[in-house]
Amino acid sequence: MTGVARQDAIRAHGLGVSFGGVSVLRNISVDIAQGEIHGLVGENGAGKSTLGKVLGGYYQATSGRMDVFGQPALPWNPRAALARGVALMHQELQLVPAMTVAQNVFLGIEDRTLGVLHRNLSRRLSGLMASSGFALDPDAVVSTLSIADRQKIEILRALARKARVIVMDEPTSSLAKAEVAQLHQTMRALRADGCSVIYVSHFLDDILSVSDRVTVLRDGDHVLTAQARELTKGRIVAAMLGGGKTETPFPPKLPSPDPTPALEVQGLTAATGVNGVTLTLRKGEIVGLIGLVGSGRSEIARAIIGADPATGRVRLAGVELTNRTPHRATKAGLVMVPEDRRRQGLVMTLPLRPNMTLPHLGRFSRAMVMQRGKEVSKATELVDHFQIRPANIEGDISAYSGGNQQKVLIGKWLIGDPKVVILDEPSRGVDVGARQRIHEAIAELAARGTAVLVISSDIEEVLGLAHRACLIDRGRIVETIDPDQSDEAQVLAALFRHQSSPETSATA
Amino acid sequence: MTRHSLARMLQAYAVLLMILVLMVALTFLSDSFLTVQNLLNILNQNAPLAILASAMTLVIIAGGFDLSVGAIFAMGAVASAWIAVNFDPYVGLLLSPFIGLALGAVNGLVITVLKVHSFLATIATSLIFKGIAVVLSDGRLIPVRMPEFIWLGRGKLGGVFIAIWVMLAFALILSFILTRTTLGRQILAVGGNQEAATLAGIRVNRIKILTFAIAGFAAGLAAAIATSRVSMGQASAGAGYELDAIAAVILGGTSIYGGVGAIWRSLAGVFLLALINNGFNILNADPFYRDLTTGLIILAAIGISASGKRA
Repeated sequence: MTGVARQDAIRAHGLGVSFGGVSVLRNISVDIAQGEIHGLVGENGAGKSTLGKVLGGYYQATSGRMDVFGQPALPWNPRAALARGVALMHQELQLVPAMTVAQNVFLGIEDRTLGVLHRNLSRRLSGLMASSGFALDPDAVVSTLSIADRQKIEILRALARKARVIVMDEPTSSLAKAEVAQLHQTMRALRADGCSVIYVSHFLDDILSVSDRVTVLRDGDHVLTAQARELTKGRIVAAMLGGGKTETPFPPKLPSPDPTPALEVQGLTAATGVNGVTLTLRKGEIVGLIGLVGSGRSEIARAIIGADPATGRVRLAGVELTNRTPHRATKAGLVMVPEDRRRQGLVMTLPLRPNMTLPHLGRFSRAMVMQRGKEVSKATELVDHFQIRPANIEGDISAYSGGNQQKVLIGKWLIGDPKVVILDEPSRGVDVGARQRIHEAIAELAARGTAVLVISSDIEEVLGLAHRACLIDRGRIVETIDPDQSDEAQVLAALFRHQSSPETSATA
Repeated sequence: MTRHSLARMLQAYAVLLMILVLMVALTFLSDSFLTVQNLLNILNQNAPLAILASAMTLVIIAGGFDLSVGAIFAMGAVASAWIAVNFDPYVGLLLSPFIGLALGAVNGLVITVLKVHSFLATIATSLIFKGIAVVLSDGRLIPVRMPEFIWLGRGKLGGVFIAIWVMLAFALILSFILTRTTLGRQILAVGGNQEAATLAGIRVNRIKILTFAIAGFAAGLAAAIATSRVSMGQASAGAGYELDAIAAVILGGTSIYGGVGAIWRSLAGVFLLALINNGFNILNADPFYRDLTTGLIILAAIGISASGKRA
């Protein structure tokens, strides 16, 4: 591997990325050698996927410069990247489900004469599979294949384009152990051929077992790049967390004196990846769910309110909720603020006011006729209460900032008197001020006797807000902790420990 | 800034602007255009289509399409005439909308229970409904020359055709439902973001079924008026009406993606289509160019409203 100073595959200097004025990556300088497996790690939201996408040409850096095989990366987009031998494997695979394996692999680079396709795709694919060691039926239709197989197609696709650098963004998140080992084998084979692999993952064991070097990011900053053999899991976790984090004060936790259970969940199991969750929330209690990406946190929430079919029992203030649907759950006082504001939360075609009152139309109507005055005054009151800006109840909600959209979503459930509120990623992508206001609202809800379930990738947030926190791994609760007795490092270490414990395999 | 908002205004009210332009042009081109009589005739002739388009607006706002309203219309025509002849003319006229309501509800159930796209489901049901109408009428015309039957389509009230009053009342009621009631709010939310509506506790399927039932009711009502007017029922009545209704809704500026729209827009769409027809008639223009002209105007209107959404 050593010898003459080889040219680096990618050399990035001072890269910065911001989306809509929010800076997500700052001053990243990293180089990827030829024939190297380079791990990229960081907490959820640290920017590891973003960096992977910048290197792979999917995003453009807003500052800094990048050289690819010695030439400046300008212009830099997926097409240009591919032409220069850099391929990106997305976390959400980009395949055409109705086409066959071979058609997907060679999509856009088919052999053709005057636009007429040659019928040699299967043969070409066989050659490619023989050299890479992957075995798939070239004529299988992609929609019938498992996610692991689809991932192999993505890799084959990159190889078919003679990629010299492959960026893999969380490639193992849906793979079984044996398949992970196989993927690592492929990475080594790629390395032996002189290809570079940029391996983005939150599985530290995987990263350490196969990478040559590892780069750690924290909150968009480059913390360290080091030889993998000089690193330990402990050192990486410490680097991911850093020293003094800028803390926004959390609202004081009120004791929840009322021992009456508000929500009792028993043996909840769903095909979406919920494996026997049992959980009780008392009135006025804030409980957090902490887990890594893909641990099934959101799926637990959806199963509780009946958005996905599930077995198991859910009791609300002692009354069993049977045949759960979001309608029944909402009516009974069990509500959820979903993770994806745009897709699941807001109706973008309606202004702010109707978005806020949507679940409570009965309260603002008589004999089905809307009472506009009542609706307007309530919406105005909530806009004031949450300091929603712009303070216009008829405003176009799609133009509001993430933080203000989130305030609308949380505010809309405060109109009713829900017994239980589930908040999925309540402060994702919002600014500091809005985050603080949202935290106050959560404390406010609890003070009113509502039980609150907070799901968040932000461990600090859960520890700061919750009376109790449950660690989630593979769709079940593996440990319950006292947030006041734990810090982020301990929690993260515990999560990684559970993740690598083999007691149950990730996929059956 | 002002230029931008002016452009948006033009987009939002493109259909009204086109009506204005066409009316001014026709007024200059023909003395017989701008008369109370001619305008009332236009409204009267298009009352059944306006009723269909008003209800279709709700279906489209809720994110659906109903290609079966023409077939439901045919069922209404055959059923009302048959009942009038064999039983009672008043009952025939009265039952037609409710037969439509039932068939529309069937559409809604098929779409929500089988989880098929409304486009596909209503193509299938339209063949079924039409087939039943053919069987019921034995493929023949059912003439109904009874004064107790033809009053609805031909009679006047206060100097204005009854059909116009019915159309106005129906459109006003639907407009009220859409803008002022909880049902209207739910229709807008379901079409705007089905997932968000579900998580807000709205019973999305129920809302969708209701919109199709209303469309069916409208088709039955329109059939009663039209059958009464021509004093006969036949299974070929209403052919192509579903496309006219959809064209009018889209011409008016209601989004085909759902979530946004208004009843008055569809009425304006119907009126614009009617003006084009009327223009050809009073100008004695070559009717061979009618479809071509109509198509071009629809394309222009859709182009204007789409140009704003790409920004």
